Parts: sequence; structure tokens; C-alpha cells
Amino acid sequence: MSWTPVASGTAPPPPVIRTRELTRHYQLGAETVRALRNVDLEIEANEYVAIMGPSGSGKSTLMNLIGCLDSPTSGDYQLNGRSVAGLTDDQLAHIRNREIGFVFQTFNLLPRSTALDNVQLPLVYAGIPRSERRQRAAEALGAVELADRMDHRPNELSGGQRQRVAIARALVTRPSILLADEPTGNLDSKTSDDIMALFDRLYDEGQTIIMVTHEQEVARRAERLVTLRDGRIASDDRQTPARVAMGSGS
Amino acid sequence: MTLLEAVRTALETIRGHKLRSFFTVLGTVVGVTFLIAVITLIEGMDAYMEDEFAGQIFGINTVMLRRTPAVVVSGDPEVFRAWRARPTLTFEDSEWLAERMETPGVVAISSDAGGEVDGPDGRSVTGVRITGASASYFQVRSMNVDQGRVFQQQEAEQGLPVAVVGRDVADRLFENTNPLGKTVRVGGFPYQVIGVLERQGSLFGMSMDNQVIAPASSRLNGFVNRRNVLDEISFQVPDARYISTAMAEMEGWMRIRHRLRPNEPNSFEVETAEASLSFWAEISRVMFIALPGLVGISLVVGAVVIMNIMLVSVTERTREIGLRKSLGARRRDILRQFMIEAGTLSGVGGLLGVGLGAALAAIIAAVSPLPAEVALWSVALGLFLGVGVGIAAGAYPAYRAARLDPIEALRHE
Repeated sequence: MSWTPVASGTAPPPPVIRTRELTRHYQLGAETVRALRNVDLEIEANEYVAIMGPSGSGKSTLMNLIGCLDSPTSGDYQLNGRSVAGLTDDQLAHIRNREIGFVFQTFNLLPRSTALDNVQLPLVYAGIPRSERRQRAAEALGAVELADRMDHRPNELSGGQRQRVAIARALVTRPSILLADEPTGNLDSKTSDDIMALFDRLYDEGQTIIMVTHEQEVARRAERLVTLRDGRIASDDRQTPARVAMGSGS
Repeated sequence: MTLLEAVRTALETIRGHKLRSFFTVLGTVVGVTFLIAVITLIEGMDAYMEDEFAGQIFGINTVMLRRTPAVVVSGDPEVFRAWRARPTLTFEDSEWLAERMETPGVVAISSDAGGEVDGPDGRSVTGVRITGASASYFQVRSMNVDQGRVFQQQEAEQGLPVAVVGRDVADRLFENTNPLGKTVRVGGFPYQVIGVLERQGSLFGMSMDNQVIAPASSRLNGFVNRRNVLDEISFQVPDARYISTAMAEMEGWMRIRHRLRPNEPNSFEVETAEASLSFWAEISRVMFIALPGLVGISLVVGAVVIMNIMLVSVTERTREIGLRKSLGARRRDILRQFMIEAGTLSGVGGLLGVGLGAALAAIIAAVSPLPAEVALWSVALGLFLGVGVGIAAGAYPAYRAARLDPIEALRHE
């Protein structure tokens, strides 16, 4: 769009996320709920963004749209420079599979499957052959220091371990974005610190992280804090991430 | 994910709910069990009818002339009255026919009756099938001796008092001693034992070894039937392709013999093993018509149960479906997963049904004279129906699962 006179080869890559007047309305009976109103948001690669806001502020709606679980009523959403609006269900599923790594508050692991099988699941839908799947899932579990828990089922793991399995599952497809929804909501404070330390490390390794939380302490770990109110962005600030000194947590 | 992996995953899910899975597929199990059991018994009967029954009652490649049909299923008294009015078959008929038949073949005659056979040392056997026959009878019925010999045509014509006894008769009267040359009383008349038949086995639980065969024109004439009257005149052709010619020829000659006008019905029966098996063909035909209905009902009931349980399962696993979708499962992936699960579940039911059906047939075969023979095609059919019922019943629940909205599904408690 913009004309660059020199060094066209060095044009910066498009932002990972760019939304333009992103709007989402729900029909609740006769009433129209304006969950999200004209949100403009850009997130570059290797940003660590926390999204905060009171309940009903639209942060879940924004998460669902960013995660391609939902489509906007109007406005545009570009993921890695490609517009997502108007894609079919299957195309959205493909994007979720390749570009988004979800981490949920309640972990959402399959209870009857081992850690390894849980981590393999996104690769199954990516059509990766079995042997490669196992190898990559094992690597991902190794990266979250659960190499020795691969054959355990979720009920044989602690809460923190379960969330780490879920993180391994989110990262196994090497997605553009790690999208975490209250990742420490079900964990005690010490375990929360462990998980947050893991996020710090992933961020340091170059992972783009977007995290919804209502805990100030957790949000302070991010380098950018976006606050939503009534479906609009109320504030968008850079901040110096607060880090627990290495070794003090455990 | 390959089909095999998907089936293995489905099996794991099923193993997680063993009891529920069992009740879910009970309809399939019952349907397939019934299918296999009935088909197995019918097939067994078919094989039995063709191999044993036909050979033992009629002989191979044999056309049989009788006053009344060999096997009677109908109980209509009108029909019985008409049969009683027919002329009897006589020794003269058989000679007359033997002179005229142009189709190559062997004529044999026989009459039989139940009676008592007494041994030399006071032992006796009752309920023995006593047959008066020509020497050719042994050939036509494929009967061989394993001791001694059968009687010859000359002996038969002279009506000599010689007898060939069945294995059971020989064993009961003589135990371990040699029966050859001994004298037995057949229906009160003394006969010399010249041979012992090979073991014949049993027909519908009735021993075929409890019999004695002696020349028709010996003193048994008048004992096994009225004097000079025959039960059957058999005509054995050398090859199956002569059977229809022989039947037509025999019918033609007998109509002449009985002086029937063209519009009069036959006053005799010309039968073959195949024709007499028509009663069985009729029974098995009726069963094969009724069978799909009965099996169909239990499979439809089974399908409804499977559909219900799968719908419950989809509801229970809404979160799982939401999760899978968030991880990149497309609609068709979810559809496939639940269809394969239903198909596998019901397929296991079908497998169970095949096993139970075969076992049931084996038990029936063991406690009754009915034979059983598991047909491979029925096993394939049972499994196919099992899987098919599951896929058909799972289609709608799977479609519902595939259409779930991922956000709502993930939020589902």
C-alpha cells in the first residue's frame, strides 16, 4: 500500500494481529449485546500482551475472535497479514490448528489420554504421521520439563503439571500466538509463579503471547497491558515486565 | 489419523464405559446372535439334507416310484383318502417296468416294516427296520458290508433265507462273536446271517444301523407289506443328467400300466431326492423370508438405543468436542470420530453376536439332532450389519457433534 522508495526487501513483516473496527454483536432474545465495538488493535511478533477488564468488558469475545473461534459482525481482522473475515469453518479450523495455541483456565486435557497423547492431538488434526507426532509431542513435553511424565494421565498429575501439558499441547504446532485465557486461574500462587516463569521463558525465546487475566499480579508480567471496558479499548500501555528473580520461586 | 488409529481410540473410549457400552449394543448383539444362529441351523440342515438325508432315503441319482410321497408334510385327510384309493405297486409292476425302461439304469425294489429280530441264544432286538429288497438295492442305496457279503440276484430271486444285518443288530445279538453263518429269526422266520453292514449313522436321531435286509421274495414277502406289494421301485441312473428322462419315461409307462386317461392325474408318485427335498426348501424359504424381519426389528431397536446413547455421549462430551475444535478439528473430523465410535461400538456388538449365535447353534446342535454349520457369509453379514447399524445410528449424533459451536461447547459445564 505505501510506496517504499528504497530497500523494498527490508520492509517490516506485517503485525501478527491487526484489527480494524472489530465489532461483535450477539442477539440475546430481542436484545442486541454489543460485546465488542470498533476495536483497533495491533500486536507485533514477540509481544507479550495482557488483556484485562471487568466481566462483560468484551475480553472473552476479543479472545475468541483473535483465536478464530468466532467471526466478527463487522470490521476486519488480519492474522499475519491475511484477512480472516469470511473464512469457512474448515478454514478457521485450519488456522486454529496452525497459528493459534490455546491455553485454558481449566486445562481441558482429555482425561483418558496420556500426557503424550494429549500433546499429540493438534498434530493429529494437522495430518502429521504417527511417528513424527510422537517425536514432536515428546519434544514439546521435554520443553516444559515433563519428559518423565509422558505416560501419565491427567489425574496422575498436579495442577501445575497439567497446565504445563496444556502449554506443551499449545506449542507443539509452533503457532504464531500463544493465546492464554486465565492460565493461572485454577492454580495456587506458587504454581502460578512457576507457570508465569515458563511464560517468561517462552517470551524470551521469541513466542508471541496474548493472555487474558483479571489478576493484576499476573498482568504485570506482560510488557503491554490492554484494558477493555464496555467493548472498547480503555487503555493500551507499555510496561516494564515484573519478573520474579530466578530461583526465588522454587 | 488413520482408520485403524481411529478405531483403536474408539475402542479405548468403549473400554472406559464397559457396562454402558454393552447395554448400548444389546440390540445389535441380540439381532446378530439370532441371525447367525438361524442361518447356521438352516445351513446345517441344508448340508445335512443334501448329503445325508437324500442319500439315505433315496440313494444317489435315483428316481423313485411310490404309491404315496416318501415325505409327507400336509395333513389334509382328503389327500390321504385319495392316496388310499390308488392301486398298489407290485412285483409284477417292477418286472414290467424293468423290461420297458429305455433309459440306462438299475431297478431295485423294497418294502420295509418294523419288527423284532431274535438271536440264537435268546437275545432279541425290537424296533428293527426290516427290509425286503432286491439284490440291486444295496447298490442303489450305496450300502456296503464290512463283514461277509450282500446277497446276490439269484439268491434274491429264489427267495433264499439269507439276511444282511445292521451294525447295531449284530452287536446286540452277537456282541463280540462272529455273526456270519448264524441263524436269526426275522419276524419269526429263520434267516442265515451272511453279512454285516457298515455303520450307517443316524437320521434325525434314528439309528440306521438297527436294520435287517433280506430278499423281498423270501418269506418276508407278506410280512413287510401285503403279499407281492412293494413300497418303492427305485431306478438308479448312471449319471445325474438322465434323471429327468428317467422320471418322464417312468411316469409315461406307469400311466399306461394304470390305464390312465390323459386328463386323469397320476395314481402314483415319481420322485427324486431333489423333489422330495422341496418340503425342506419350502421351510427354509419361509425362514429366510421371516428372518430379515425378525433380525431387522431387533437391529432397528438396537439402532434407536445406539442413537440415544450417542446423543447422550455427545452432550456429555461437549467440552471435549469444543476443545478438539479449538485445536483445529474440522467438522468432518468430529463427524468421523463419532461415526467411527458408533460403528466400532456396534461392530463389537456384532462380533459378540456372531460368537453367541455360533455358540447357540452349537448348543442346539448338541442337544438336538439338528446339525449346525457356521457359514462364512453369515459371519461377514453379521459383522457388516453390526458396523452398519452403528454408522447409521451414529450419523445423526455425529452430525450434531460436528455442528457444535466451539465457543459454546468449550463453555459447556
